[in-house]
Amino acid sequence: MEIPRHWRLKQQRYSLVGEVCPHCDYKIFPPRDVCPNCGDEAKELYTFSGKGEVYSYTTIYEAPSGYDANAPYTVAIVKLQEGPMITAQLTDLGDQPVEIGMPVEMVTRRMRNDGDERGIIVYGYKFRPRLAVA
Amino acid sequence: MTDVVIAGIGQTEVGEHWNISLRELAFAAIQDAVRDSGGLKPQALFVGNMLSPNLSNQAHLGALVADHAGLTGIEAITIEAAGASGGAAVRQGYLAISSGMVDVALVVGVEKFTDQVGPGVDAALATASDSDFEAVQGMTPTSQAALLMRRYMHEYQVPADGFAGFAITAHANGAGNKFAMFQKAIKPETYAKAEIVSEPLNMFDIAPNVDGAAALILTRRDLLPTNFAHPLVKISGSASASDTLALHDRKDMLYFDTAQLSTGKAMKQAGIMLDQISFFEYHDMFSIYAALEIEAVGFAIKGKGWKLAADNKIGLKGKIPCATMGGLKARGFTGGATGVYQAVEAATQLRGQAGANQVAGAKYGLIQSLGGPASTAVSHIIERIQA
Repeated sequence: MEIPRHWRLKQQRYSLVGEVCPHCDYKIFPPRDVCPNCGDEAKELYTFSGKGEVYSYTTIYEAPSGYDANAPYTVAIVKLQEGPMITAQLTDLGDQPVEIGMPVEMVTRRMRNDGDERGIIVYGYKFRPRLAVA
Repeated sequence: MTDVVIAGIGQTEVGEHWNISLRELAFAAIQDAVRDSGGLKPQALFVGNMLSPNLSNQAHLGALVADHAGLTGIEAITIEAAGASGGAAVRQGYLAISSGMVDVALVVGVEKFTDQVGPGVDAALATASDSDFEAVQGMTPTSQAALLMRRYMHEYQVPADGFAGFAITAHANGAGNKFAMFQKAIKPETYAKAEIVSEPLNMFDIAPNVDGAAALILTRRDLLPTNFAHPLVKISGSASASDTLALHDRKDMLYFDTAQLSTGKAMKQAGIMLDQISFFEYHDMFSIYAALEIEAVGFAIKGKGWKLAADNKIGLKGKIPCATMGGLKARGFTGGATGVYQAVEAATQLRGQAGANQVAGAKYGLIQSLGGPASTAVSHIIERIQA
């Protein structure tokens, strides 16, 4: 169940909290304390807008344990507006086909469960299609 | 630095070995390698394995494998680097010998995938990715490869079936390797009609997860038995590199930096240029990885790696023979044993013992195993040092 692990990550999972580098202004997600761009210390928290676009995606039919209830689902790498790339499921797609470059926005959804009624349910970010705004 | 010679090689057939345990598989390969070396006794054991703690509830393989091979007392550890575990174990054996601290090293790669099936195996394989930010999202190694392949095909206008050449070459070579999982050539139509697993990946873009063990005996040249039976083969270059674990953290997801860095270092140590490489054993766990390795190593420019396979330039008589004994696709993906199988196959080629799969005049082989989507790469140059 690893409750502390999931608890530690709730700011990232529910609010897309990362860091911004005070030296080069690079936006970092998830937080890692060392800026991957300039190598300096970066501990200032930064909340991402949740807006991004699809870099690539695929649909999973045979899911690993804990995700079988969800299958088939679409998983993507999303490029956040502020720069970083992030791995997440796409949701609320309906009949809409997914395309590289499609604008998306973050929502909070159930990501997995532990397979039994008393197990932990893990919530976190997913991305749904966003109507392009002028 | 002292010459590190591959004195003995051993391998089991790759397959679904439901009747053979992890320790028995390892021992079978060890027996063959020790016999092949003329009976050399190792002082150190390096085990390459990625998933036995998950899939067999067994960690601590160093002690287990040494014990079961009648080598109780020698130093023994496991090396783990996901799919590159075997390559990393080869590197540890190389370092031990070349440092002069160990006289004879035994390197064993062993993996048992098939005691479990389905979602449990997929979840275990996902431990090679970033657990907190990739696996928890339901991303799997297969889906990582699928979305890389999709992006690649989008950026470089690759036609459908553009990657067919990798599977076709692998299976053609598997047919000549009695240890391979698949020993039958396939036709282009088979690829074209294959079931889609995770778009755009089809069944033939993915290597099967199967059981196997391979072993090497490494030693210094001056320690070889007097009537040593084989042409001399040595490890001339050995290097490893790491990149961001998560695929989404890469500066360029379509360039395998680690493949370039580790190969460059290994070639420099061996004192060779790219055009001197006689064959390339890449980590074709997915066909897209083969294409990206070909590009990062420099056999093709960015976006053109797939064409080398499509234009049949990677066959045994091609410009750069690849997967000469079937690769991961036809030999099978044996997890942490992969890098050791690659070393065994390269030694076989360089000794001139590859039979129907012989690459004529093979002098230098490049072997490369990857952890994840090249989050780790381990590359070796293996050289024939006398006729």
